[in-house]
Amino acid sequence: MRALGLATVFCFGAILFYISFDFPGWGDENSPASQHVSPYYIEHTMDDTSVPNIVTAILADYRGYDTLFETAVIFSAGLACFFLLRIPERQAPPARFYRHLATGITFRIEKGGRLPEDTDEFERIDSVWVPYDVIIGMTCRLVVPFIQLFALYVIAHGHHSPGGGFQGGVIFGAAIILFAISNNLRRTLKRMSEKTSALLGSLGVLIYAGTGILCMVLGAGFLNYSALASLLGVDPVSARSHGILIVEIGVGIAVTAVMVWIYYNLSSAGRQDEGL
Amino acid sequence: MEALGSLILAKYNYWAVIALLLIGLYAMITKKNLVKKIIGMNIFQTAIILFYVSIGSKKGATIPIITHGHGDASHAVHSVEYINPLPHVLMLTAIVVSVATLGVALALAMKVYSQYGTLEEDEIREKIMESEPV
Amino acid sequence: MIWPLDIIILTIVIICGIAAISIKDLLGAAIMFGAYSFMMCLLWSVMGAVDVAFTEASVGAGVSTVFFVAAVFRTTRRTRD
Repeated sequence: MRALGLATVFCFGAILFYISFDFPGWGDENSPASQHVSPYYIEHTMDDTSVPNIVTAILADYRGYDTLFETAVIFSAGLACFFLLRIPERQAPPARFYRHLATGITFRIEKGGRLPEDTDEFERIDSVWVPYDVIIGMTCRLVVPFIQLFALYVIAHGHHSPGGGFQGGVIFGAAIILFAISNNLRRTLKRMSEKTSALLGSLGVLIYAGTGILCMVLGAGFLNYSALASLLGVDPVSARSHGILIVEIGVGIAVTAVMVWIYYNLSSAGRQDEGL
Repeated sequence: MEALGSLILAKYNYWAVIALLLIGLYAMITKKNLVKKIIGMNIFQTAIILFYVSIGSKKGATIPIITHGHGDASHAVHSVEYINPLPHVLMLTAIVVSVATLGVALALAMKVYSQYGTLEEDEIREKIMESEPV
Repeated sequence: MIWPLDIIILTIVIICGIAAISIKDLLGAAIMFGAYSFMMCLLWSVMGAVDVAFTEASVGAGVSTVFFVAAVFRTTRRTRD
């Protein structure tokens, strides 16, 4: 099996190596890839959309369909993880662990045992619980808001610098995942429940598609943001710039929610009672 | 000799792409552990992304963000001054989709583990044979 | 494009890739894959693809590694190859 695999890999490599001599040289400005569509984008982006970052302009405006369905793919990946892994609440784990806060004694309560009432005296803990670490807890508590602020900056400033909905959304999701790792999964689920993340994921895709349909209602093509000019009260070129921002916000919301949702399901193996 | 040097300078990036493709393909074919296979799949994906980014690069060009776009200093934009942005756009979305597929792949691997108690391909096959003999 | 820098980073990328698939411990392989992603991100920023590098730094090196660690934590670290 190993020999067969190596033979396949070497044959594939030899073919690719042979083909590589026909490629244009690396960094060649006359390569076919740089001849047809991209010069139009580079030269007209500023006049068409007034967005200096060409990548953002192409991503959300010229190739808007592409990005719309990429967002839909990400949302369906979140759904797929949910359907594959999620285990309903009623199949409860065999035992739960609680800790008495005043004395520090931990209890193991078997299935069917009487669970302590929702008071401040007892705290539910993970089965592989480690004592609360002051340094990790405080550092994460201080860092998380700044990461979230940076994520919002990345989404909002994507027109002028590298960044945009995808990156900002992932960073925002990473901040929530950091909170879930440094505290625990149940506390995170109280702040952003699974239902919220599913609804936010679909809301993000809906904002994107809804903007496109709104453009159709206003008499232009699907995702032609210049139709929003009368609604926003600006000229058509600025309207395209604002349309890109609206769409990027939708992408950011969808990506944030889906990343957090996949993390919830992966880290708890679908039970959503204890995470990493 | 000089021709060989310039040939290597023009092609070494593609050869690195080929090396990474082969690493990913080798892991996908011969490794028996499912997580190792998924890592191989991700290496294959990043190699293809590197290939697209290499195609878009231009000598002596700058990053695809227009300088002095607004205001009095604005001027005509020439396409030779900026790196080809189109491959960047396509690959940017490809990276985010790759993390989504990674999530689904890991979910499937976890499902397999909860069913058979192992991630090794040959052990899984043995357990399937035991449970339903042909 | 600075070709000596480029060749050094490409070499590290290939070494990281080989290490990620040959380490006999899945947690180590996940962390090695994170290092691979960071090196790839550096390579793309050298080549001028800043948006792609930014995405790879947040997605490939950040969230992917977390997903791998979560999956390994919920399954097993053991591997025979």
